[in-house]
Amino acid sequence: MKDTLFTVKTNREIARDTYEMALSGDAADCMRPGSFVNVHLESLYLRRPISVCSADENSLILVYKVVGKGTEKMKNMVPGDCVYCLTDLGNGFDTSKSGEKPVLVGGGSGVAPLFGLAKNLVKKGVKPVVALGFRSEKDVYYAEEFKSLGCEVMISTEDGSYGIKGFVTDHLPKDATFLYACGPMPMLNAARKNVFCAGEYSFEARMACGFGACMGCSMETKIGLKRVCKDGPVFDGEVIVWP
Amino acid sequence: MAVMKINLCGIEIENPIIPASGTYGYGKEFHELYDINCLGTFSFKGTTLSPRAGNPLPRIAECDGGMLNAVGLQNPGVEKVISEELPWLREHFHKPVMANVSGFSVDEYVRVCELLDKEDNVGWLEVNISCPNVHGGGMSFGTTCEGAAAVTSAVKKVTKKPVIVKLSPNVTDIVSIAKACEDAGADGLSLINTLMGMRIDIKNRRPIIKNKTGGVSGGCIFPVAVRMVYQVYENVKIPIVGMGGIGSAEDVIEMMLAGATAVQVGAKNLVDPWACPKIIKDLPRVMDALGIQNLTDIIGGAHQ
Repeated sequence: MKDTLFTVKTNREIARDTYEMALSGDAADCMRPGSFVNVHLESLYLRRPISVCSADENSLILVYKVVGKGTEKMKNMVPGDCVYCLTDLGNGFDTSKSGEKPVLVGGGSGVAPLFGLAKNLVKKGVKPVVALGFRSEKDVYYAEEFKSLGCEVMISTEDGSYGIKGFVTDHLPKDATFLYACGPMPMLNAARKNVFCAGEYSFEARMACGFGACMGCSMETKIGLKRVCKDGPVFDGEVIVWP
Repeated sequence: MAVMKINLCGIEIENPIIPASGTYGYGKEFHELYDINCLGTFSFKGTTLSPRAGNPLPRIAECDGGMLNAVGLQNPGVEKVISEELPWLREHFHKPVMANVSGFSVDEYVRVCELLDKEDNVGWLEVNISCPNVHGGGMSFGTTCEGAAAVTSAVKKVTKKPVIVKLSPNVTDIVSIAKACEDAGADGLSLINTLMGMRIDIKNRRPIIKNKTGGVSGGCIFPVAVRMVYQVYENVKIPIVGMGGIGSAEDVIEMMLAGATAVQVGAKNLVDPWACPKIIKDLPRVMDALGIQNLTDIIGGAHQ
């Protein structure tokens, strides 16, 4: 873990209340797909945990939805602004489990970390199927970005205004070799029930420290209490206590 | 040359900086970041007789200048602390550690302290009396003189290690509780624990924290902590460990002037994981600027 100073390069709205922030700085330890950074924002006491969308040695992309004070502040940042982030947080997805045809399932803000994962898998010669779910056409983002990686992309919207009408989990390929999922609990649970393979699931929680010290985000699992920030945010489907 | 070493209840520590219980786990996460041997000592996670799962999520909320938590004393239980955490500390932390003890009955405090008393690398027992007393109608031990004294004297009977009683600020008169602990044999006092608070989500109109209430910590409680340490110092003779919102070397000096022999740094560790080594490194500079040669000389210096 490091506290790294980044500089905002771009910060633009890519869907309703959803922003993509490109940062430059030492991002070498942000490259594990599924990891997150904890962003320090002026005059806010707690940092804000934001999942890494994608990263290389010296640039970091964060995609975030404006939901409160912290993300509101992020939205108002402009190119040239500087921001400290604790980097190298969380375990991330294990790409070695993917098999030949993994399926990536994401809903809303949960789509962002799957992009870095897809990039990583493609680099390893694996072409994932990507199933993304949004509320409505206005909320859709990154469809083209995933396609340009060469992934097969399926988009669902709840109101049918874009792609397939319904839930993202209704149309998952039955022959997937592994599932990687990120999104709200009901989506994760539905994804699990609609595939015939094992999977990894990424969780979200209100956190204080983000590095395992405060026990603010402990989650009950089949192998005891686990910290979403340090032991997760990605957990194997086998250990999750499903609702 | 700035002298930072101080004597805390008969044990000399290299400097007065002590990470507070509940913000430092058992030291492992911070050991990955820096040499934890730079600390005076640290107070480990509140430990109870049996393992505790803690409260449901969310456990965390924020406020201007601070945060709220309702972790609910999640801990692996004293046996696991003795079999796993203390051996690890023996290897990586070459100083006596402060053992933070919690309980829900006098008997539980006694049994946990009895077990920790046998451990060579435990220096002090810091007894957190803010827990509800399950045999006393759920009222916290720390809110009555009788409850505080009962825990203190019971624990003192089973240990030779110095007992530091950690006081709750959520009381009408913290001085009377402090005196009750001193009279019951406490070797030191630590204050303040978190202030009980609440935040409400104005969209769904419900408390943010599942437990509804949570303990407020962070810079916003510093003036309350300084005031309470100042008042208690005037009325007891035993050393005080001051805490509540400390985030800089200047805060350390201020808290010591109020009457603290040593200080604990809590919430700040969570937002700046390197807070303690930074404060330790900065202290000599601040001492020089203020003409302080020896930190011991300024304890209670704000009193006439």
